[in-house]
Amino acid sequence: MADAERDPRPDPIEYDGPPDYRVVGRHGVYPETSHDEIARFNFLAQMNRHLSTKVMPGVAEAFDARIEPARKKAKKGAYKTRHEVRKDLVQDPMFQWWSAMRRATMETRQQAGRWVTIRQADALNGKVRTLTEGDPRLVLNADFKQPRSTDAIDHHCMPGSYHTELVPGDVTGPANYDAGIFATTGGMLGRYNDGGGVAVAQWVQKNLPDFQPKRILDLGAGLGHNVLPIAAAFPDAEVIAVDAGAPMLRYGLARAKTMGIENVTFIQGDVSDLKDMFEDESFDWVQSTMFLHETSYKTMPMIFAETQRLLKPGGIVLHVEQPQYSDDMPLFEQAMRDWDAFYNNEPFWTKMHEVDLDAWMETAGFDRETLIHGGVAAVVDPEVFPEAAEDTEQEDYGRKAAWHVIGARKEG
Amino acid sequence: MSTATLDPLKLAGSKAKGKRPWFLENPDTERVMNITLALMQEVAVIRERMDTVERLLDRDGVVTREAIETFEPSKEEADERGYWMQEYIARCLRILQQDREAIARGKEDSSEDVADEFAKVD
Repeated sequence: MADAERDPRPDPIEYDGPPDYRVVGRHGVYPETSHDEIARFNFLAQMNRHLSTKVMPGVAEAFDARIEPARKKAKKGAYKTRHEVRKDLVQDPMFQWWSAMRRATMETRQQAGRWVTIRQADALNGKVRTLTEGDPRLVLNADFKQPRSTDAIDHHCMPGSYHTELVPGDVTGPANYDAGIFATTGGMLGRYNDGGGVAVAQWVQKNLPDFQPKRILDLGAGLGHNVLPIAAAFPDAEVIAVDAGAPMLRYGLARAKTMGIENVTFIQGDVSDLKDMFEDESFDWVQSTMFLHETSYKTMPMIFAETQRLLKPGGIVLHVEQPQYSDDMPLFEQAMRDWDAFYNNEPFWTKMHEVDLDAWMETAGFDRETLIHGGVAAVVDPEVFPEAAEDTEQEDYGRKAAWHVIGARKEG
Repeated sequence: MSTATLDPLKLAGSKAKGKRPWFLENPDTERVMNITLALMQEVAVIRERMDTVERLLDRDGVVTREAIETFEPSKEEADERGYWMQEYIARCLRILQQDREAIARGKEDSSEDVADEFAKVD
């Protein structure tokens, strides 16, 4: 082509990455964000995306090219556990640099979100107080003692975890969680961070078309982002969201109300023992979404037993989690999936993922024939957000917005 | 002076409960890396602000602080900005890209090796 005929415009770009932060859904108690605070979240979303798609694959390459061969050369025999793999990974510069940057990005994301919410703490806390004071759909327990599973360590490097109040009536923690998930996930959870909940609601409507729950319980609900789509899908149902963190519940009710969702009650409680709160066989549906990994070996069987006690005959329980480690999963992948357990303050993540969930459900009293298995991926507005189901480039071991479902239908 | 109940300057960067894992051979290197990444973030913030100012000037011929704060890029504009951010991060983290490529290439000759080879007359 002669120069004169050349198109003077630069080559068109094909952009495949996180959307601009400004597409987030701003409900009535969403923190205000300045231009530069938004730019910071944009950078962090892109950094996470870069680390998972451009840097992390180098860890697998280093493993194949030098880590595993070095072990063979040293005649140490094949790896027997994922922990052996991890102990070799931490010696390799590719893993070290990817990990150091990933941890730094997690911490920076917390700082960015905390800056946004703490600088407007009085306004945010006041707004939430006005929306929730005297509302019977918020039930807090001033004497509640945090379980060790939430108090021992701040989950995913979030200072104060889910329960700390910097001042009475504080909601800066949940507001930070809400405003920053976009950056952590690169927008994979959609406008209201509810892509998981939307997926669960759609999964139930598709797979159990006759199921018409009247009473729904969400365990470890946090600020309710995953239960609101369920409440919206079944507007005639009474929905109860239980969590250990008072700030989450307070913010959750205010958030739900400003989003026009009125059928959710937020109750503070320990989900491993709800006997004083709810009668036997009083729910049609018990749900947990990305919650089990934040419990413990001691409490998880108790939670499973509670779900069995609480379900009405014919009712369903569904737990949504990242896939379990199985013999089919390479030890390298298991070791990489353990990253969040050891390096992102998710201590139960590692043990939780080796549990034989079917057996545990059986021990809790569910018949093996009644067990439910499935898979869901975040449902988002594909015009604006990246779709986990379509995303073949990004695996991101444990962070991808695609999950397994394990559940049961109580006989009756 | 702020009359707010909480001080964001003090609290935004709080440490999460739980012993921090360190990854690099030398913790001081990791400290410097953390500071570098924070600066990298702040350069990205300044660049996005400049981009906003330029787009407002193109559009309105004038720019105000309020217009900056309320600026909403179109999908096309957002994609251009997102693409710039990808380019920027790739530029800053070039050395890690090259580490990956070095793994893929396997054993390579150094210039010193080749210099010796080329200096041989037989």
